[in-house]
Amino acid sequence: MTITLTHFLIISAVLFSFGIYAVLTRRNAIMVLMGLELILNSANINFLAFSRFGGMNIEGQMAAIFVIILAAAEAAVALAIVLNIYKRFNTVNVDEISLLKD
Amino acid sequence: MNMYEIVFYFFAFVTVASAAVVVFSRNIVYSAFSLLFTFFGVAGIYVLLNADFLAITQLLIYVGGILVLLLFGVMLTTNTVNIDIKSGSMNVIPAVSVVAVLAGLLGGVFWTSDWFVSKQMGDLPVQTTSKEIGNALITTHVLPFEVASVILLIAIVGAAMMARREGLKSQNPSSK
Repeated sequence: MTITLTHFLIISAVLFSFGIYAVLTRRNAIMVLMGLELILNSANINFLAFSRFGGMNIEGQMAAIFVIILAAAEAAVALAIVLNIYKRFNTVNVDEISLLKD
Repeated sequence: MNMYEIVFYFFAFVTVASAAVVVFSRNIVYSAFSLLFTFFGVAGIYVLLNADFLAITQLLIYVGGILVLLLFGVMLTTNTVNIDIKSGSMNVIPAVSVVAVLAGLLGGVFWTSDWFVSKQMGDLPVQTTSKEIGNALITTHVLPFEVASVILLIAIVGAAMMARREGLKSQNPSSK
């Protein structure tokens, strides 16, 4: 088999870089959340790749399951926050939301 | 080039290309739908890594849950009167430099490190992992499992409370 551990790690590095770029540059808060999901997916690929190539133990898959659980909770809470921000400021652009209290 | 490699490169291409569309598209709806293909590609990579249960979980939770949630967010926060569906960029030059350094660092570490690879890779039996995961969830990982259930409950209650808090619309600040 010529697909090695490095192949999977490179894919996760590319996904991570894309996610960081989205978090840093996009103005829409929902795009920032999409970048976060990309980052979490790249971390999960790393967990599973090391779990697979490090002797097929189940520990990496357990860590990936908890990452997915926390990603679901994070998406729900973050979208509730974004909806509240939209109600109050009428925008979700992260660079225009600069008030702590009106 | 055997079947494994062809499938791997197919899923790798789908994942990376659609992730690029997610990040670089100007239209947020295109980004959201492209994220669908990214999640599918990542699920395919999970299958190639002998993680069938994780792949199904990825499809159920990410595609069925988080992506729908993100689309609801797009719909509810987009001003449909004056079409403001584009999402601009900011800080492009610093971000590109930071990301370039980060990607170079990660790629260099991943490429040059001599990772530990188990010797028994050649003749892996094809087996499902759901039984092992279920056993681990109620024996060795029972504490994080319970903590995760409590966290999910708190997140549901908190998100519902925050999202339906009323009376904010009327006291909208005049200074936007």
